[in-house]
Amino acid sequence: MIAYTDKIQEIARRLLKDCKVETVIGFRKGSVPMMNEPCFITSADAADGLVWDGNCGINLANYLTNRKEKIAVFAKGCDSRNIANHIIENKIDREQLYIVGVPCQGMIEKRRIRQMAPGEITEATEDGDEIRVKGRDFEEVYNRDEALQKNCAVCVHRNPVIHDEMVADEVEEQTDVDRFADVREIEAMSPEERRVFFRKLLEPCIRCYACRNACPLCYCPTCFVDESQPQWVGKSQNPTDIWTFHFLRAYHCAGRCTDCGACERACPVGINMRLLTKKLNKDAFDQWGWEAGLNLEERPPLDTYRPNDPEEFIK
Amino acid sequence: MGIEPGRLHFSWISSAESTKFAKVAQEVSDKVKALGPNDHFAKKELKVA
Ligand code: SF4
Ligand code: SF4
Repeated sequence: MIAYTDKIQEIARRLLKDCKVETVIGFRKGSVPMMNEPCFITSADAADGLVWDGNCGINLANYLTNRKEKIAVFAKGCDSRNIANHIIENKIDREQLYIVGVPCQGMIEKRRIRQMAPGEITEATEDGDEIRVKGRDFEEVYNRDEALQKNCAVCVHRNPVIHDEMVADEVEEQTDVDRFADVREIEAMSPEERRVFFRKLLEPCIRCYACRNACPLCYCPTCFVDESQPQWVGKSQNPTDIWTFHFLRAYHCAGRCTDCGACERACPVGINMRLLTKKLNKDAFDQWGWEAGLNLEERPPLDTYRPNDPEEFIK
Repeated sequence: MGIEPGRLHFSWISSAESTKFAKVAQEVSDKVKALGPNDHFAKKELKVA
């Protein structure tokens, strides 16, 4: 994947030099290892700072909301689906965008690598299937596949669904993955077991809202949790308040979430809140065969009426 | 999320169907009363020692 870097810089340079776009949104190296950060560049000279590797897990669709200028954006499979979703929801025009598709082989879960490493990591580089990490008295090599983000490990849309140009040839899509195994496990629990499970899952939440802020779907000018007149949900870490936040946010993402994993990646305490949105993704898939953001033509199930909707829950 | 079956009900009732509304409302409240209170979702104040 690191091999994409040169090509990405070249494309960005060309687009800015030819005045095809005003802004390019990509990634640059962060200040600590394995933490690439999104960056906006507006001059061809700045293209040298762009990078690409397995630490570009942030979803760049998040930075397109209501922008007015012409933008080039680098997009993995999931980013491209969220971009499609943004276009469908009128958050940006297709004509404003030059989408550069980046075929993806999965992003790395930095937390897992940190756990495996014997000490603090000061440098991490990727080479093909290997990740080499260095610290004060150690140097280790890990295999990419053991350190993939959980959502990437079961992703079936690694190639961008819409693009104006591709950085490289398409990668092979995974076909033998069981996408919803974790959701089925929870579905099989009794209501009481489920309550205890979610209680444990969400207990460590400090209500920092990093998950919401990282999510491209959460673009409301004022989120319901920040509203004070009326105050829909308390601000505390009381379990009921935490639940209200997480369950309501998940429902706001129903039929829209691409399981990009940006929310889980952003969480400072490592909560897998994707389990909530994934259940809704599974329901949308089971009931309507729907997966969010696969094209620009189809309207999402929650804003479509069909006389043959299952509606089994309504009497 | 741990709500037991029977606590949550959905119905289509037109504004013209007043008797259906009354009937469904009665049924729902009877069923929920039979289940008893669920206080898992009630916000409990922290006790100060
Ligand atoms: S809810 Fe999480 S996984 Fe879904 S689109 Fe938002 S950030 Fe991505
Ligand atoms: S990022 Fe994590 S700790 Fe912060 S609000 Fe979301 S779940 Fe809670």
